[in-house]
Amino acid sequence: MNYQFHWNVLWTGQTGGWLLQGLLTTLHLSILAWLLAVMLGITSGALRTTAISLLRWPAGVYVEFFRNVPLLVWMFFWYFGVPPLLPQALQEWLFEHGVEFWAGVFALGVYHGARFSEVIRAGIQSIPKTQFEAALSTGLTVLQTYRMIIVPIALRLIVPPATNETLNLLKNSSVALTIGVAELTFQTRQIETYTAKAFEALAAGTIIYLVLCLTIARLMARVERRVAIPGLIARGSTDAA
Amino acid sequence: MDFQVIVRNFNFLILQGFFGVGAFAGGTLRLALPAIVLGFILGTCIGVARLARSWWISLPALIYVELFRGVPLVMVIFWFWFIVPMLAGKSLPEYSVALTAFVIFEAAYLAEIVRAGIQSVARGQVEAATATGLTRAQMMRHVVLPQALRNMIPALVTQFIVLLKDTSLASIIGYVDLTKAAQIVNNREIRPFELYLFIAVVYWLCSYAMSKHASYLESRIGKQ
Repeated sequence: MNYQFHWNVLWTGQTGGWLLQGLLTTLHLSILAWLLAVMLGITSGALRTTAISLLRWPAGVYVEFFRNVPLLVWMFFWYFGVPPLLPQALQEWLFEHGVEFWAGVFALGVYHGARFSEVIRAGIQSIPKTQFEAALSTGLTVLQTYRMIIVPIALRLIVPPATNETLNLLKNSSVALTIGVAELTFQTRQIETYTAKAFEALAAGTIIYLVLCLTIARLMARVERRVAIPGLIARGSTDAA
Repeated sequence: MDFQVIVRNFNFLILQGFFGVGAFAGGTLRLALPAIVLGFILGTCIGVARLARSWWISLPALIYVELFRGVPLVMVIFWFWFIVPMLAGKSLPEYSVALTAFVIFEAAYLAEIVRAGIQSVARGQVEAATATGLTRAQMMRHVVLPQALRNMIPALVTQFIVLLKDTSLASIIGYVDLTKAAQIVNNREIRPFELYLFIAVVYWLCSYAMSKHASYLESRIGKQ
């Protein structure tokens, strides 16, 4: 083993800019995918707890199918498989606006939506049934009960498992490099290719991910204390990464 | 839509890609099965070390777990792709690199499962074992771990599902698993929608069957 360290490759030339670009793309991709995942997760998670099987069933199919297939397969599916089937105008718009980025957002968002859904379902199911009955007896409709009582309480209960899922989403955004999204891992590979300094490039990427994860975990711990409901503990599922 | 492409390439996708029988040294199962067994052995050591009373044993274990859980698997695979051949002093087949990466990465997650399993064993068991005069190591081996293992089984099955899905990422360093097999066929046939949907169904069948089994095991443990 005689490896020469040249840490200055990380800030000489274009490499610093590449890392920054990668970080911004990772954040951009993750934030959009997170919004999609949370929307899908709340909707399908709430539907899975309703009494009507016609609503429960499609939500269940969505969750079980999407979370049991590797994210990489979804990346390929949304990037290679779906665009040719879309209408011509939409295809053209996508190819002009970075089809790989949008395929990445979709793959990541839909996959993690299924996983968020399980977290939210567990949160809703941990709410005592009396809350639901009390809300209905005040004259709220079922939809209003979910919108104004059940979902807001559930969201306050699931902060710890939701944080876990958010970090999973952030880390999984690295899979988008396989379809050519120039996110952080992609950029570290590029630095490695251009400078042949793999150790330094990988170390830089790794440290950025670690710092991001620790920062989000810290922030969310603060949020958790803020929104915690006294006397109630979240019983959300945290299994399956 | 032309699902004939699946029929034409069925043997390559399933036998080569999924089971690893064929010209390439590949296969999803050939990677996932040894990885979970070896990862569990390493994970047990780290999980036990996490609970050690001396900080110089528990702290390195904690750092190991937090480090690997804070970094994307893709990044870890690239690290090992670079570092394993350097340490070995020669280039190694993708299989060895992928297996090393998965064992070490999964061990961090498995260690947390082992730790939770150990902590789920009733306190009275530990006290009773100590009272009969067992040393700490004997108590761990004969009393705590066997009971912890039973409590861990559902979480272990769930983690195996995660691992099975994660092995698809070995294809990025060229390992011919199910995902790579689909890519190879797609390069020739250009039928991405059909091919990726098909392998999605294959992954789904395995994962779903195992997750049903895990919840069955969980309900059985709950009854005892």
